[in-house]
Amino acid sequence: MTIWRQIAILFRLQLRDEMRTGEVTAVVVPFGAIALLVIPMAVGIETTLLSRIGPGLFWAVVLLFGIVVTQRRTAAASPAHRDALSLLGVDPAARFAATALASAILLLGFEIATGLAMIVLYDPVVVGWGWLAMVLPLVALGLGMLGTVAGSVADGRGPLAPLLVAPLAIPILLGAAQASEGLRLGVGILRWVLVLALVDVVLALVGVLTARPLEGTSS
Amino acid sequence: MPGQHIVDLHGVAVRRPGTLILREVSLQVAPGEVIGLFGANGSGKSTLLRVLATLERPSAGGGTVLGATLGTDAVESIRPRIALVAHEPALLANLSLEENLRLFAALGGRASGRVMPVLVEVGLGGAAGRRAAICSNGMRRRAEFARVALAEPDLLLLDEAHVGLDVAAGALIGRIVAAVTDRGGAVVLVSHERERVEGLIDRSATLIDGRLEVG
Repeated sequence: MTIWRQIAILFRLQLRDEMRTGEVTAVVVPFGAIALLVIPMAVGIETTLLSRIGPGLFWAVVLLFGIVVTQRRTAAASPAHRDALSLLGVDPAARFAATALASAILLLGFEIATGLAMIVLYDPVVVGWGWLAMVLPLVALGLGMLGTVAGSVADGRGPLAPLLVAPLAIPILLGAAQASEGLRLGVGILRWVLVLALVDVVLALVGVLTARPLEGTSS
Repeated sequence: MPGQHIVDLHGVAVRRPGTLILREVSLQVAPGEVIGLFGANGSGKSTLLRVLATLERPSAGGGTVLGATLGTDAVESIRPRIALVAHEPALLANLSLEENLRLFAALGGRASGRVMPVLVEVGLGGAAGRRAAICSNGMRRRAEFARVALAEPDLLLLDEAHVGLDVAAGALIGRIVAAVTDRGGAVVLVSHERERVEGLIDRSATLIDGRLEVG
């Protein structure tokens, strides 16, 4: 069986698991929206300020709740499942790719849902909405891959994965925030889109190349 | 593979930080043979099964499993010929028993048309649509045996397979073991209950503090 077929099967499995548990859609998304709702209560209804800080707060919420999304209890993640997949001949790189892609799709859904909440609550000024169609998936993919690698490194050791993701996500958060600021000011953001794409390529290489050593079953 | 051992270990040791779990373990298992592996809690039985499954790299010593040398990339090609039924079920909780087996069939390159027949064979034909999460331990064990039947392994590794099973399910283990050995495969069966597996095994081996004494 090709690695692409393995990725497709495991990717569908992860999304089916989410459809049945609703861990992201029913829990993480509402909490993300609530986080965006609470902040205006803290700073007061100052529309100019809210409009200015809205996109930045949105990306902070995406990062913080994105960690929760990537560290969710994924299908086929227990040691027994990993052993079974290894004995079936599943390539560790296929597991990484499928998990990262599924996380990216869920994160993209999270971004869209909380993004709409942010627009309603903060009324941000954005010029060039089309660019967001590139920025949102690049951020989702980057966080999905970073979270998957961090989850493998942490291997169930409690808070280690979030501690790894938060600092390593700075280039992604920086690129996303600068792109948003560029859209607010109406200036070109191509270089920030390229930064996000470059970070994604690096993370994809790191994920694929470390999948087998992190699996720990190459006897 | 006539004349060749399915398992051939020499002086295998497994070390974890601060602990030597297996010491100088040597074991040969011939085609068609069933080995009973006994020992107290913490003696290293499950670790030895993981070495045999090629999922644990020996810290010292070595050998071959199904002709592949441990510690080399060759083990990846023989892994699909090994089935491990461990303490924790490999079933995915949110999938039905049938969906689980279809997943294993798809990833293992097995015909999905065999899924329902093997579920019927292990007595789960009527529960095929039930999610693994709401199945009893005994049903999950039976589904694990269906997974083994689907995989048709050359090396079957059973870790406390009798635990939580009634007499009928115990007989099912006998049929699964016989199916493997009839094809020329081998079985290593870990158990605390020597009397329950006595009729299944050809010879026994006992782990005491990580050292193997072959009977």
